Amino acid sequence: MSEKIKDNVIESMKEVWERTKLLHDAPNHYCPGCGHGVVHRLIMEAVEELGVMDRTIAIAPVGCSVLAYNYLNVDTQQAAHGRATACATGIKRVFPDKIVFTYQGDGDLAAIGTGETIHAVNRGDKFLIVFINNGIYGMTGGQMAPTTLEGAKTSTSPDGRDVDLMGHAIRIAEMLALLPGAYYITRQAVNSAKAVRKAKKAIKKALQYQIDGKGGTCLVEVVSNCPSGWKMTPEESNKYLDDEVFDFYQLGDIKVPPKEEK
Amino acid sequence: MNKKQLMKGNEALAEAAIRAGLQGYFGYPITPQSELLEYMSRELHKRGGAFVQAESEIASINMVYGAAGAGARVMTSTSSPGYSLMQEGISYIACAELPCLLVNVVRGGPGLGTIQPSQGDYFQAVKGGGHGDYKLIVLAPNSVQEMADFTYIGFDLADQYRMPVLILTDGALGQMMESVVFPEYDIEKNRTNHSSWATTGRVNGREQHVITSLHLQSEDMEKQNQILQKKYRKIEENEVRFETIQTEDADFLLVAYGLSARIAHKAVNLAREEGLKVGLLRPISLYPFPYQAIEDLSAKVSGILTVEMSAGQMVEDVRLAVNGKVPVGFYGRMGGMIPQPDEILEEIKKLYSPKRRQ
Repeated sequence: MSEKIKDNVIESMKEVWERTKLLHDAPNHYCPGCGHGVVHRLIMEAVEELGVMDRTIAIAPVGCSVLAYNYLNVDTQQAAHGRATACATGIKRVFPDKIVFTYQGDGDLAAIGTGETIHAVNRGDKFLIVFINNGIYGMTGGQMAPTTLEGAKTSTSPDGRDVDLMGHAIRIAEMLALLPGAYYITRQAVNSAKAVRKAKKAIKKALQYQIDGKGGTCLVEVVSNCPSGWKMTPEESNKYLDDEVFDFYQLGDIKVPPKEEK
Repeated sequence: MNKKQLMKGNEALAEAAIRAGLQGYFGYPITPQSELLEYMSRELHKRGGAFVQAESEIASINMVYGAAGAGARVMTSTSSPGYSLMQEGISYIACAELPCLLVNVVRGGPGLGTIQPSQGDYFQAVKGGGHGDYKLIVLAPNSVQEMADFTYIGFDLADQYRMPVLILTDGALGQMMESVVFPEYDIEKNRTNHSSWATTGRVNGREQHVITSLHLQSEDMEKQNQILQKKYRKIEENEVRFETIQTEDADFLLVAYGLSARIAHKAVNLAREEGLKVGLLRPISLYPFPYQAIEDLSAKVSGILTVEMSAGQMVEDVRLAVNGKVPVGFYGRMGGMIPQPDEILEEIKKLYSPKRRQ
């Protein structure tokens, strides 16, 4: 094909996909197959589609997604380990018109930050918590998390999690759903195209509630993978989610706003 | 006209903060600062600010981090054990260069300690407290009036230098009632616009603003440290505050801050009645510390006595300033006990000698 014809062909082609506008054009540091990149994209797509970039503030955690602001092209604060929701409360109470979301892993949200998480939701502070649950401490090298399943091997449960010694896997979304301040709590996944579409819908819905000033905290848990920490290939890790993890962390809405109940 | 009012120190500070345009207060109950929290809960919502009683001091300081990072004029207050809990958050705030006001109404420690006044938090206030190389501007009032005055100054300094400012006071100053006059203060004129760096949302598609204290590359982390250190040198040059009392002809010098300085002032009067030429230097800014002023005075006196409500913390800075030129003694009470003027006079007499004039 001559260069000229090639140019004409390219020109005549319709662009059907492009980089999400609110993601930085930067190579990310996540391991191959990790779910973080997908969730980043879903949130930024939702923010763009809802047209709230000019008042959106993200809160990054401590953990693998500590550098989220290198990818999410919105104003971002990096919070101390576990304190993302407190940070969000500070912003949202002084500036109620801002659209605020935290992005936290399971160690951040369900271990060191349990107190901040519970009390933010109990106050019904009107922001979105995006909770990435991959059942492990990825950043520090694969230690046991509060969400690690019984029997699962990690670098600090080398013989598998023994619940008598190490406690049980914690379903924090169900705990939080008991609080009156929780407005919308759902558990999603991103290990298949279908799951990704559903997760996107949930994130967008939660942000819409916040834009509408609806009363309470929203939490979208994404049960994700950690191929490196789980010592699996990305494909194996996605299959493991289907085969084992979703039995314990069941997907779907856990608490929906009152009027949406059937 | 601003009239004289009789108020507790904690309440005067709270009122001054609201008059200074406070947009958010985040705090947790702890004696002896709870009046401040309670005053805010009564007043702040009515007067346009946000009040949250947090679930802990850790949450409080991180709420301050969030709101300050979004460009708001915010504060928290606590007492010693609560201040210890806040250290991680303060380290983040200092590194991320966020302006805010912190108040520590100090009580006796260590541990759960006592609810009585103390100055045992000098080290954690002035020497950093949390991890890493950072400083706060630390102001030490010695009256209810100064509790109010330093609040305005504190907010303005925080804005000017983009850093946390701490008012280090104690349970006695927080609890006692004195008359106070609130000065005129033009909020709009004094409050700095932080929109050039704060997380407000990417208005008009501007570049992203990021608030972080993370610099994974050592070169970058050192650079951020150098920025902070440069700022601290500027502060040491421009923001030293102190007061001297009867130092012109003094043969002997007392150094004390806050409540101790009031008591030391009484001791100066007692000593003068007995013909002992004693003067007092009161550091007002504990960081930056008035090293030069103390060094200058040390050349004119035969000895120095530092008085604190602690086992001796500020005395280390006094000794650094004096650098061995004259003896530096220490007298302190601990655990909520307050030194008495006659006790201080006794100590002065042990160390006093008239300066040999040339």
